[in-house]
Amino acid sequence: MTTPLLQVTGVSKAFGGVVANNDISLEVPEGRIIGLIGPNGSGKTTLFNSIVGFHPIDSGSISFCGDDISKKQVPEIARLGLLRTFQQTRVYGLMTCMDNMRISVPHVNEGLREMLARHRDEVAERAEELLEFVGLYSKRHLMAGDLSFGQQKLLEFAMALMNEPRLLLLDEPTAGINPTLINGLIDRLQRANETLGVTLLVIEHNMRVIMNLAEHIYCLAHGEMLADGTPSDLQNDQRVIDAYLGAH
Amino acid sequence: MSRKKLYLLLLVGLMLLAPVLMPAFKTQLAMLMLMITFALTWDIMGGQMGYNSFGNIVFFGTGMYVTAVIQRDLFFTAEEYESLAGSLNIINGTDYLTGLFLGLGVSVVVCVILAAILGAGILKLRGHYFAICTLGLGIAAAEIAAGIDYIGAGSGLVPPTFPHEDLGDRGYFFYYYFLTLAAATFTVLSWLYKGQFGLAINAIRDDEDKAEAMGIHTTRYKTLAWCISAFFLALAGGALGNMVGFIDPTEVAFAGATFGVWMVLMAILGGKGTIWGPVIGATVFHIMQELFWTYLFGWQRVALGILVISIVVFFPEGIMGFIRDRWPELLGHKVDLKSSKKGSTP
Repeated sequence: MTTPLLQVTGVSKAFGGVVANNDISLEVPEGRIIGLIGPNGSGKTTLFNSIVGFHPIDSGSISFCGDDISKKQVPEIARLGLLRTFQQTRVYGLMTCMDNMRISVPHVNEGLREMLARHRDEVAERAEELLEFVGLYSKRHLMAGDLSFGQQKLLEFAMALMNEPRLLLLDEPTAGINPTLINGLIDRLQRANETLGVTLLVIEHNMRVIMNLAEHIYCLAHGEMLADGTPSDLQNDQRVIDAYLGAH
Repeated sequence: MSRKKLYLLLLVGLMLLAPVLMPAFKTQLAMLMLMITFALTWDIMGGQMGYNSFGNIVFFGTGMYVTAVIQRDLFFTAEEYESLAGSLNIINGTDYLTGLFLGLGVSVVVCVILAAILGAGILKLRGHYFAICTLGLGIAAAEIAAGIDYIGAGSGLVPPTFPHEDLGDRGYFFYYYFLTLAAATFTVLSWLYKGQFGLAINAIRDDEDKAEAMGIHTTRYKTLAWCISAFFLALAGGALGNMVGFIDPTEVAFAGATFGVWMVLMAILGGKGTIWGPVIGATVFHIMQELFWTYLFGWQRVALGILVISIVVFFPEGIMGFIRDRWPELLGHKVDLKSSKKGSTP
């Protein structure tokens, strides 16, 4: 049995009296696409924030590539190759898309010389390739802040790929995206997984998307791990249906 | 591109000839170069990185004091110097230059280290908290300097008199010094802004949380940005003490109410976050200020206040920001509708 890329064991997090995550465990094996679903307020984003080190956890442990990361800071964890995108997109609004991409290179082993250096041409080429990959090539000289919400989501995804992560946590990648573009996005997520070797952990509310995309899905409700299994397991799980539709 | 280079060359030629063409304005021109350096160095943090610092004057004043103290202590004891102070020709050209440049070198080292230490302490603060903290730094520095007898305390310090018999006219000397400094600041910064450093501090300005989430060494970049400001401000301060000829802790060295505020205003007037903005802003501001002092004497501060208010109300994005909004193509913003690298159009 190999160590999974990401292992979350018994993580709890409370904000004052509100228990957002209670004894959550999950694992993400290398090279897979794993889903995370749950009704609004079930603690999905809190779990993401805990994993990437945005806030300290109350108990439990999180390990990445076999190393404990539960005490590490956000930038340190990002440099290990564990990256997240935001539910409300976050791009650098007053910079062009190309500049957004160029600053998203990996920042491992960055000394004073690298900090003051110019970029190599390969960086710009790679940035253009990835912008084309997400379909934003024609917008590359526009200010990122002038893009639509959906386009910013795509840009944020491209920026994440530019960083060459090993594991990418995507917080609702299809929210706000035109339904006709969603199929294209699913295809891109799968290609990123297959050709670039990026493992994905995806929060998603669009059931059609997540059922097509993920091989294994975890379902949270009221801060607890309700169920997990293959997409068809979960579709037939009465507890999951109750959680989403409200139990009688 | 070649036309741009031609204009730049013309500008450089003009600046080199300026004091010869207008010998009566040498000192004013030197001050203009200092103002440009002020605005450019403030804009590193304030414009490009989005951290409004009111404490950059600390490095200017520290550089001024350190340089003067080295110039003094290299050849005299403090008592000796005090009895000589004010008298002319106490030092020859070689000794003067040795003292000045050694002093500048040491002040650069001191100020960069100071920026790194202060930065590590307060660059974790964001937004208004950072601004207020730096404001405190400037005030504290002046008070501390006014309390140290070794550097003249409240009555100030007099740098060695410029040996004009050996080195010629001090006006020319300092003009060309400050011209070189402003040009070097401009060149180094425009080079840095095009690389990783510029992109990283822009990213911090736009969304620091995102920058952290992407693994950018935000603290390192922020500290580095302040160290670069400190580097050039130390060189500016060290020489200005000598040009003015008298270092007062609150009026010259840590002059937060004048230089400290002006550097912010000039960068905003010209357009913060651009490389030419601070240059244009400093030039316009300095000329206006000189005109006010000449033609509106007695009302000069009122006029300056009206200018400041007009800037904020009518040009919130500054002169360069105004041009960028009206004629974006002038600044090289281009729209290219190609949808792929191969060149197919939508």
